[in-house]
Amino acid sequence: MSASLHRRDVVKTLLADRGDLLVVTGLGSAAWDCAAAGDHALTFPMWGAMGLAAMTGLGLALARPARRVLVVTGDGEMLMGLGSLATIGSSKPANLAVVVLDNERYGETGMQATHTAKGVELAAVARACGFAEARTLTRADELPALHETIHRGAGPVFAAIKIVAEKVPLVLPPRDGALLRARFRRALLGERADLQ
Amino acid sequence: MNSDPNVDWPLATHRLFKAAGVNLVGFVPDAGHKRLIELCQADSTMRTVTLTSEEEGIGLAAGAWLGGERSAILMQSSGVGNTINALGMMKECRFPMLMIVTMRGEFGEFNPWQLPMGQATRTTLEAMGAVVERANEPREVAPSIEAALRLAYNSYVAVAVLISQRVIGIKSFQEQIDK
Repeated sequence: MSASLHRRDVVKTLLADRGDLLVVTGLGSAAWDCAAAGDHALTFPMWGAMGLAAMTGLGLALARPARRVLVVTGDGEMLMGLGSLATIGSSKPANLAVVVLDNERYGETGMQATHTAKGVELAAVARACGFAEARTLTRADELPALHETIHRGAGPVFAAIKIVAEKVPLVLPPRDGALLRARFRRALLGERADLQ
Repeated sequence: MNSDPNVDWPLATHRLFKAAGVNLVGFVPDAGHKRLIELCQADSTMRTVTLTSEEEGIGLAAGAWLGGERSAILMQSSGVGNTINALGMMKECRFPMLMIVTMRGEFGEFNPWQLPMGQATRTTLEAMGAVVERANEPREVAPSIEAALRLAYNSYVAVAVLISQRVIGIKSFQEQIDK
């Protein structure tokens, strides 16, 4: 499949009018894409812990059931945490969406092919794991409906978005993990978070 | 089962969770955690999450703390090996976390495949920046977990409580065959 969507356009569209959305990003390009759309205290960009973005999103979604939580990650990162799709599917958090930017490549390490380049369909895995909604997107005109689902749809929601395998300019969020954790909690919970 | 709360450590641990506001419990099952898991599952104020791999529990605990909630993660010593890289996030971000680890691969172990990870459990955790407490007797479990909860959530660090195979009992496959 030759994809036509560009990752930065996709993420900018999905994070537009984000309201009080809570965002967790997987490491690498997904984190840079979210930073390019605008660094935000309520975005927690992971710089490591590969394979754990979706589970971090689950912990957050269970802790704050009244808020919507979006995980943005890449296909390589999601493949490493495939078991977490089963855990999320069985936990059924209605407020969690997982979006995979699927360029079928390990983008940070030399563009080596991932399993999705060989026909592994992540949305089918998510569907089989019991996600309320799981699909593969290839067109820009499908993104507004996904945006709506992320904010108001019954989750857990999964979307794999096929994107062009391209290198784009680095836009880096802050790196200090303690800072990222503290600013997220303060933005979400107020200054009482510092005294918890 | 001894009803003395100093010795009935699963019951005492469940009470400590309640007192400390631990409302989310993630686990990969172990026979040694059976009663504690059942107590948490029967508690309508707690959310339990079965994990496919122990490292998922690290993400769960990190996400919960981002959302302002306390959690506990239960696993067997072999599962500690699955959490190594993930523990790096807890150290870098200073996430608090409580891990309760039932030990295999020590004291009278029957299964030689349990030994390598069981013997390396403490070293592995400490190498990744977790603080390790250990309970060798049933009466030591609750005080260790109470101290670990305080340490984790007052000092923002991952703390693991290792519960000795002396407490859990030696698993004997021959006994199970004989049953």
